Amino acid sequence: MNIHEYQAKQIFAKYGVPTPKGIMVESVPAAVKAAEELGGPIWVVKAQIHAGGRGLGGGVKLAKSIEEVKELSEEILGMTLVTHQTDANGKLVQKLYIEDGADIKAEYYLSVVLDRKLEMPSIVASTEGGMNIEDVAENTPEKIIKVPVDPAIGFQGFHGRELAFGLGITDKTEQKNIINFAKKLFKVYTENDAEMIEINPLIRTGEGTFLALDGKMGFDNSALGRHPDIEAMRDLSEEDADEVEAAKYGLSYVALDGEIGCMVNGAGLAMGTMDTINHMGGTPANFLDVGGSANAETVAKGFEIILKNPNVKAIFVNIFGGIVRCDRIANGIIEATKITDVNVPVIVRLDGTNAPEASEILNKANISNLIVGTDLADGAAKAVAAAKGN
Amino acid sequence: MSILVNKDTKVIVQGFTGKEGSFHAEQCLAYGTQIVGGVTPNKGGQTHLDKPVFNTVADAVKTTGATVSMIFVPPAFVGDAVMEAAEAGIELAVIITEGAPVKDMQMAKAHATKHGMKTLGPNCPGVITAEECKIGIMPGMIFKKGNVGLISKSGTLTYEGANQVCKEGFGISTAVGIGGDPIIGLSYLQLLPMFEADPETECIVMIGEIGGDLEIQAAAYIKEHITKPVVAFIAGQTAPKGKTMGHAGAIVSGSAGTAAEKMAALEAAGATVVVSPAEIGQAVTKAMAKK
Repeated sequence: MNIHEYQAKQIFAKYGVPTPKGIMVESVPAAVKAAEELGGPIWVVKAQIHAGGRGLGGGVKLAKSIEEVKELSEEILGMTLVTHQTDANGKLVQKLYIEDGADIKAEYYLSVVLDRKLEMPSIVASTEGGMNIEDVAENTPEKIIKVPVDPAIGFQGFHGRELAFGLGITDKTEQKNIINFAKKLFKVYTENDAEMIEINPLIRTGEGTFLALDGKMGFDNSALGRHPDIEAMRDLSEEDADEVEAAKYGLSYVALDGEIGCMVNGAGLAMGTMDTINHMGGTPANFLDVGGSANAETVAKGFEIILKNPNVKAIFVNIFGGIVRCDRIANGIIEATKITDVNVPVIVRLDGTNAPEASEILNKANISNLIVGTDLADGAAKAVAAAKGN
Repeated sequence: MSILVNKDTKVIVQGFTGKEGSFHAEQCLAYGTQIVGGVTPNKGGQTHLDKPVFNTVADAVKTTGATVSMIFVPPAFVGDAVMEAAEAGIELAVIITEGAPVKDMQMAKAHATKHGMKTLGPNCPGVITAEECKIGIMPGMIFKKGNVGLISKSGTLTYEGANQVCKEGFGISTAVGIGGDPIIGLSYLQLLPMFEADPETECIVMIGEIGGDLEIQAAAYIKEHITKPVVAFIAGQTAPKGKTMGHAGAIVSGSAGTAAEKMAALEAAGATVVVSPAEIGQAVTKAMAKK
């Protein structure tokens, strides 16, 4: 789960991680009021969406007067922001963060993420703040420093020194400040089960202090149960409506731009099915994992979500039953044809637990546009042919 | 021979009396697995599925001599259960539970390593030595005994792969589902040498997916140390780019974890890389014929 910049900064503040002062608003009059409250003389008007690259997309702008705050708020609020991290349709800006302008002497990059190879969190930093960090990693990898921190011992002084020296910070007060900053940020990471925290840029002010000018946080969904305060920050309007709807039924759904709807059990087989369709000259319209507890209701829901996509010309149901029982899937398919108008060919391949019972159920039901696939290759080939109208 | 588990392996179940634990323990028993008891706090002294229930893993190990634990406890208690097993002297913990917090697994795995306990999973189908011992949730009937070892991140692709291998007239020595979570226990790097050393295994099927770089590490190992034929498939060639907010995770591990990158590394290491899981069976037949 991801949150907005202003929410990340609320969490930072709770842990004493310094940020500029700011106020989240949802209207232009509120933006003006916030600017007056902050006092100025410089403000930054920032679009709040769940995507990076907001500045380049025109969603972050500097204001030098209250009048300018008003103009920029009118411009940004309600705009559709397209960045390199959104899709081509962009995201509607519904919230703004009005923030104090900062005295920037230097910009850095700082993040905390899980290093999967070392199996522990790592602090990643660079002197190339404000840049696209993927480009920095690609072009000048020597400018990226990594300090892994074993959670069993926690953030120690030497971790901080490695970071400060790595960033070329030589002034003793500044060293102390950056070490404190990183230590608190690491605490934010571990105590909240964050998946990643990214600050880009982290800035050094004229007084030698460090401020998080930006803040992104993502959380481990599996741990949200023990962080109700964070779960409450979830902004559903930032998420894909179909994905949210699917998740309610234990379905994992991602829309793609092809023509063959897919309904599969298991993420690996779901991806493998998409790959097979692609290899045979077709295009998958979606990723859909029905999960381990699929039943008639969830399968019917899956059909409904897949069929919402007007590009779908055929549906390939590919199930290898382990814990999932094929007979339940078969009943789900029949259920779906009763509730929803399934107006495209449905290719069904059911293997594994209770597969013979499932074929019997489907045979008896005698559904007109249902085609049986004997195995993965056969099912995929028939789905590709059906989507092409053959 | 086989790897990790066989007909003599004594297994306990943590989360024995729960719905999932009960159902799958029963299936494992029916398969022939030597489940010698289970653990559910406050139910010690009772009998479940005709096997003794213990309050702690330590009690269960002392009484039964079990060396493997199959873990079905709810996600929030997985870390605790793994660490308890490690301290009780269990040699291998097979963690089936899905949705364990990453931080818990990180601590639990470090603790297991310290106590010399291997872990498998979490969020995996488990391990099966065909016609001898099934520890997990896979449909046992598709695994016929034979000479192909299988390692997979995905549960259902394990079944798909094993089914094709058996339909081609071969069989499985041991199949291991390693799970696809960010922190997992035994992986390709530990399992490949076991299969290489196992006289019963003649060919290895390796199924990976996008994300992380375990498959890249595996490719390097295969190139240097594996003499048996390897058939590999990487799921997710057509998956959309991850909807993450930043890409710090990929930067830190020094790799974007794409399917193309992994397939190229495995190909360069001498593995037969198939573009669709539907081709695993045929590729195994070819690999076995060449031997």
